[in-house]
Amino acid sequence: MTDQAYNFAYLDEQTKRMIRRAILKGVAVPGYQVPFASREMPMPYGWGTGGVQLTAACLTPDDRLKVIDQGADDTTNAVSIRKFFQRVAGVAVTEATTEATLIQTRHRIPDTPLRVGQILVYQVPIPEPLRFLEPREAETRKMHELEDYGLMHVKLYEDIARHGQIATAYAYPVKVEGRYVMDPSPIPKFDNPKLSGSPALQLFGAGREQRIYALPPFTHVVSLDFEDHPFVASKADHACDLCAATDSYLDEVIIDDDGGRMFVCSDTDYCGGRRAAGYVGRLGGQA
Amino acid sequence: MTHAALQGGFADAPIASAHAFRAALAALSQPGTLHQVVGAEPPAPMSVAAGVLLLTLVDATTPLHLAGAHDCQTLRDWITFHTGAPLVSADAAAFALGTWQALRPLDRFGAGLPDYPDRGCTLIVEMPVITASGARLTGPGIAREAHLSLPEVAAFAANHARFPLGFDAFLTAGATIAGLPRSTKVEAA
Repeated sequence: MTDQAYNFAYLDEQTKRMIRRAILKGVAVPGYQVPFASREMPMPYGWGTGGVQLTAACLTPDDRLKVIDQGADDTTNAVSIRKFFQRVAGVAVTEATTEATLIQTRHRIPDTPLRVGQILVYQVPIPEPLRFLEPREAETRKMHELEDYGLMHVKLYEDIARHGQIATAYAYPVKVEGRYVMDPSPIPKFDNPKLSGSPALQLFGAGREQRIYALPPFTHVVSLDFEDHPFVASKADHACDLCAATDSYLDEVIIDDDGGRMFVCSDTDYCGGRRAAGYVGRLGGQA
Repeated sequence: MTHAALQGGFADAPIASAHAFRAALAALSQPGTLHQVVGAEPPAPMSVAAGVLLLTLVDATTPLHLAGAHDCQTLRDWITFHTGAPLVSADAAAFALGTWQALRPLDRFGAGLPDYPDRGCTLIVEMPVITASGARLTGPGIAREAHLSLPEVAAFAANHARFPLGFDAFLTAGATIAGLPRSTKVEAA
């Protein structure tokens, strides 16, 4: 039941038009961060207000919404955002990646492959990939204008000089269609290959930083690297202890006081789907 | 202002504009695909599709340029009543509406700034008919290649050549829309 005190999907129509225009320009210039007049939402900045505004601007009553937080459907951020849209938009919700038409995500790309027609909305804390290298907005804007991304390669090089490898494990910078360097939001670099050539439309929203950017379907996205230190999509070197998957991103969970631990899929829907299909991991038999 | 100017808007604006936006988003993010929209009944010579796009995207904050036959009192009244968009000359426009012939020359329209390419103009090009055939399209949003009946190839190829600057276009005919962002590479079929 929709809460009739609110307009459909919470935001007023003029705000939605403003966000929609920014989304379209973001789609037209993939990887470029479009400024938009981010609104105060009924949750604090840092809780996904950018993603929520994108979702509100995109939702129709026919959509089926899935919300994940670090891959899980049942964590606080995911549950509260899902409930929010059930209340203010009355949309159907699901936890199944394959059934969703619009997926809002915090820091993961689902392990189940996406398809044409789906929209993946990312919550982004710091949209500017160069921000920690150059704090001045006027300077980073100029660097994007001039395609001056040498500083980013210096940062990756310093990783190698200090650690022997590129130590950046999440929010790993990518180059979009050979033009804009983009922050893919703090997804693990394991997910980076899924950014490129995805059949789904990918939208990125940063509420506090007031930026929207986009990757249309089948956009070419390359993770920055060096010829002698190529990009590696790393993950924990284990199989999931519940579903035995070896191809999914894993969370490490401490399970007792004696150093005992287990690895489980971060994508709860993917893991649950595999267990339902009969796959059993090392600890999968125990409830 | 005549009574006709007050008619033909969205019956249920939040829902109708949500559906219309998703069609526009799909059209622009997958160039070469055609999408049907409903909900607006603008006066002639504006198509239903162009009317839906204006009601969905344009408001008092977006200067609009009407080109050629679309710059008539009936349409001015309709647009002013339903959207409140300021009607301006081509160089000041965020959106422009007209036939391909009327919109030319295209260098009148803003292409954005090197540091703010998003400020490029959005053209709504009224066509007699749109089909998924003709000029060959490649680039973001297209798996291998797509085809679209563009009014002209050279202008869109030149527009892509100055990426990330440029205009973005929606083609409209009847209730059908197609999108062509500046990121799409356009070649003769």
